[in-house]
Amino acid sequence: MAETPTTDLTALRRSPLESLAEAMREGSVTGPRAVALREIPFLAMAGIRVTPGTDAARALCDVVGLELPERVGRVTGSPEATALLWQGPDEYLLVAPDETEVPAGLHERELEPGALPSLSTHPLVARLSSALAASGERGQVVDLSANRTTLELTGPAAREVLEKGCPLDLHPREFAVGEAVSTTLGPVQVLLWRTGEERWRVMPRASFARYTALWLLDAMLEFASPAVA
Amino acid sequence: MLLIECPYCGPRDETEYHYGGEAHVPYPEDPFELSDREWAEYLFYRNNPKGLLKERWVHTVGCRRWFNVVRDTASYEITAVYRMGENAPQPGGQ
Repeated sequence: MAETPTTDLTALRRSPLESLAEAMREGSVTGPRAVALREIPFLAMAGIRVTPGTDAARALCDVVGLELPERVGRVTGSPEATALLWQGPDEYLLVAPDETEVPAGLHERELEPGALPSLSTHPLVARLSSALAASGERGQVVDLSANRTTLELTGPAAREVLEKGCPLDLHPREFAVGEAVSTTLGPVQVLLWRTGEERWRVMPRASFARYTALWLLDAMLEFASPAVA
Repeated sequence: MLLIECPYCGPRDETEYHYGGEAHVPYPEDPFELSDREWAEYLFYRNNPKGLLKERWVHTVGCRRWFNVVRDTASYEITAVYRMGENAPQPGGQ
């Protein structure tokens, strides 16, 4: 090899909300109606399309070590480690901690098309692609890590902030801890994932992230003052 | 605001969906056999009943799946929801 290519890609990337990190810190509200906003950047995400019950589905589940969630709202795994979110009857989203590794052989010149099962820089996603290819069945594993970023909204007033712009019933009797759905927040399509009693993940697409964060900061503003009776 | 029951996600607000026009309009077996008039009728002519209409909707912001809805065009009442490839439930029976 004539030159040594950069292998540490993490030094080059920028999260969609990097420029708003300070605004989100300052915009967080304390007091009895506290609510805080922060970005969880660079979570790995992969779109998985596979028919439940097939060999391909079992092969992918073995690699992740989780079952496929069965219906809308369901999530398997945990937000701190690896999780599978239900997206559709044959569509799932893998969310995993950041891990970046340039696939071996990617820098080889004269690479045949299809020589690598995946161009993903996340080892788990690359393993999933290999497992799906080995199963010989139809399906899809696509690295979508740069598609969405993750906002975390926490605090006693977090649900009230979201209720200002989300058409769903977010009360615990309808929206249990651990559930995740696709819906809208204001005009933006987001994944809404309740990771705790007062802890929500809002995942907008990267190009909508700035708008969504500013929308949330504006919605949080009133909670710094006492409630108007 | 309509409350539409997605067959996969359950009841959601109308704003989560997009409308896809009348359902069960078959693509012509051989489009090249059609006269301009027949092709135009396939493309643009639809039933416009005052009453029950079978129509397609897509759950754009949710599961992104297409499905069929039977809706009363006068009262907006939705009488049935069924998946793509299924037949419309007969009125009065299951």
